[in-house]
Amino acid sequence: MLQLGHDQLLGAYRRMATIRAFEERLHDEIKTGEIGGFTHLYAGQEAVAVAICDQLTVEDKIVSTHRGHGHCIAKGCDVTGMMLEIYGRADGLCKGRGGSMHIADLAVGMLGANGIVGGGAPQAVGAALAAKVDGRGRVGVAFSGDGACNQGTTFEAMNLAVVTKAPAIFVFENNHYSEHTGDAYAVGTARDIASRAEAFGMKVWRADGCDFFATYEAFRELLEHVRGGGGPAAIELDTERFYGHFEGDPQRYRGPGELDRIRAERDCLKGFRARVTGAGLLTAAELDAVDAEVAALIDAAVATARAAADPDPATVADDVYVEYY
Amino acid sequence: MAIMNIREAILSTLHAEMERDGDIMLLGEDVVGGNGTAGGPEAIGGIWGTSTGLWAKFGPDRVIDTPISESAIIGAAAGAALAGKRPVAELMFADFVGVSMDQLWNQMAKFRYMFGGKTRCPAVVRMVYGAGMQTAAQHSQSVYALLTAIPGLKVVLPTTPADAKGLLTEALRGDDPVMFFEHKALYGVKGEVPEGEHRVPFGQARMVREGGDVTVVACGRMVNFAEKAADKLAAEGIGIDLLDLRTTSPMDEDAILDSVEQTGRLVVVDESPPRCSLAADVAALVAARAFTSLKAPPAMLTGPHAPIPFSRGLERAWLPSPQTIEGAVRRTLAFR
Ligand SMILES: Cc1ncc(C[n+]2csc(CCOP(=O)(O)OP(=O)(O)O)c2C)c(N)n1
Ligand SMILES: [Mg+2]
Repeated sequence: MLQLGHDQLLGAYRRMATIRAFEERLHDEIKTGEIGGFTHLYAGQEAVAVAICDQLTVEDKIVSTHRGHGHCIAKGCDVTGMMLEIYGRADGLCKGRGGSMHIADLAVGMLGANGIVGGGAPQAVGAALAAKVDGRGRVGVAFSGDGACNQGTTFEAMNLAVVTKAPAIFVFENNHYSEHTGDAYAVGTARDIASRAEAFGMKVWRADGCDFFATYEAFRELLEHVRGGGGPAAIELDTERFYGHFEGDPQRYRGPGELDRIRAERDCLKGFRARVTGAGLLTAAELDAVDAEVAALIDAAVATARAAADPDPATVADDVYVEYY
Repeated sequence: MAIMNIREAILSTLHAEMERDGDIMLLGEDVVGGNGTAGGPEAIGGIWGTSTGLWAKFGPDRVIDTPISESAIIGAAAGAALAGKRPVAELMFADFVGVSMDQLWNQMAKFRYMFGGKTRCPAVVRMVYGAGMQTAAQHSQSVYALLTAIPGLKVVLPTTPADAKGLLTEALRGDDPVMFFEHKALYGVKGEVPEGEHRVPFGQARMVREGGDVTVVACGRMVNFAEKAADKLAAEGIGIDLLDLRTTSPMDEDAILDSVEQTGRLVVVDESPPRCSLAADVAALVAARAFTSLKAPPAMLTGPHAPIPFSRGLERAWLPSPQTIEGAVRRTLAFR
C-alpha cells in the first residue's frame, strides 16, 4: 500500500488515534466546566491532517484554523503542552494566553491556529514566498474550511500565490458545514471548492478526506508538483466533523441519523484499521497497543493540565512587544 | 411595560421595525442558520437568538444568510443603503470589523461627505463585543473606541433592555450609518421595556444614579460594574454620579461636564486598552473644558496596553472590575 513501511503506517495511526483521543477526551472534559472559551473539535477529519503533515518536514510551514488541534498534533506539537494551553495554564504552549483557538508552535513549523476565518491563507503564501527565497524546496500550507473558502483573503491569497509562483498549498477541508450553514448553500460553485482554485490558475487535486490512503496519495503527487517548482496547488478533501461546530452546539441542522451514519461509514480510523489489517500490514494487536498508549498519554496530559498552575495575573501585559518602549 | 432581557428586546424590535418598514433588510452569517442543510433554514435561527423567526416572517429576500465574507457583508449593506434600503448587517463578533474595515471606514462612513451631502447611508451594523467569557484575543474586543474615532459613523452601546429597544429603533429610523454594539455578557440582563413605540435619542447620556461626590462615566458592561461599585460605596456614604453614555458618537458632553462641575472628580471606565481610548477622550474633554472644577486628576480605568488573554485569571486581570472601580473612586476622593 503506497510503499508505506510498517513504522510509517504505525506512526500515522498513532497520530490519528492521538487526535481522536485528544478530542474525545476534551468533549468530556469541557462538560466539567473547567475549560473556558470556544473549543472546536477536529474528530472525524484526522486522516487529512495526518496524511498531509506526515509528508512535510519540520521546515515546511502550516497555518491552521479555529479547528486546529488536529493540525497541531499532526505537525508535531507537544500534546501535553496543548492540553495545558486549552486549560489556560502558565506552562501551556502559548502560556495560557491563546487557548484552543490560538495554539502555535513555530519550532515545529506550526504558525498558528486562527480565530479569524480566512485569516491564515495569506500567511501561508508568505511562508511559501520565504521558502522560495531560501531555495531549499520547502512549502507553505494553508488549511481552510468550506466556510473559509468564501473569504476574500482566501481568494487574494490564491491569486497572489499563482502570480508569484509561490510554493503554496491550499488544503480545503470540506466538512460540508460552516457553523450551521451547509456548503450546498454557501459555496456557490455547486459545493466544489477545487474548481475555484483551478480558476485562479493552479493545479488541483480532489480526494476522499476520510480515506487516509487516498488523501496521502493525492497529496504525494501534489507535493511532488509543488516541490518540483510547479507553482502553487490546491486539494479539496471531502471529510466529516463528528461533533458540533463548537462544544455546546445542538446540531439541529443535521439530518436524522446523520451522525450515526457518518460515524459508521465515514470513520477514517476504522477505515485505516480495516485496510492495514486486511492487507496484513499491521496486526490488530499492534493497533490496540497504540490505542492503549495513546489513552495513557491523554490521561497523563489531562492530569498534568488539571493540576497545573495558572499564569501569574501580573504578567498580563508581557509578551506584547519584543522590545518595550 | 414588559419585562424582557436585552436579547429579547433586540429581537422584538427587529420584528416590529421590519413589520413597519419594508425597506429594512437583515444580512449576516447564520442569521437564519441551517440553509443548505438537512435541518433546513431556521434550524438554528441566529446563533445569538437575535434573529429567530425573522426569515420565516419576512422571507429570504429581506433576511439573508451570507457566506463567511465580512467585507462583502458590510459592503453590501453600504450599497443597499445607497440604493434606498435600510440594511441591518450583523457581525457575529465585533472583532471581525477587522476583516471589513475598508467598507466601514473608507466607504460607508465617508459617502455622505465625499458626495457633498447628497447621499444617505442608513445602514446599521450590529456587532457582538466584549470580554469576560474567555473567548480570547480575536473574539473579545470592544472596538467602539476605534469606530468612534471615524467621522461619519454613529456608535451606540445599550446597557438595558429598554435602551436596546429605544436605541435600535432610533438607529433604524435615522439616516446615518450606526455601529450598534451588543455585549455578549449582557444579553441576559432583564428589565422593563416600554410597550409601543420607544425611541432613545442619540447623544443623551443616562444618569444611572446621582450621588454628588464623584462622577463615574462608563459605557456598555462597565456601567453594570460601576453600579456594583457604587452600591458598595453608597453604604459608606460615598455618592456616585454614574453616567451611562449610551452613545459614544455623538457623545453627551454636557452631561459629563455638568456632573464634573458639581463633583470635581472624574473616573472613566472603559473596556478597552488605554491608548486613544474612550477613557482618554472623556478625560481630555474634562481636562480641557472643566479644568477649574477639578479637585483631582481625571482617573482612567481601562485594560492594559495588551490584547485580551484567554486564561481565566489573566482575562480577569485584564478587565476593569467592580473592585478596581471602587479603588479608583477611593483614590480620586483621597486626592488632595
Ligand atoms: C472572520 C470570521 N468570521 C466568522 C467567524 C465565526 N466562525 C468561526 S468558525 C466559522 C465556520 C467556519 O467554517 P469552515 O471554514 O468550514 O470551518 P469548519 O468550522 O467547518 O472547520 C465561523 C463562521 C470567525 N471566527 N471569523
Ligand atoms: Mg466546514
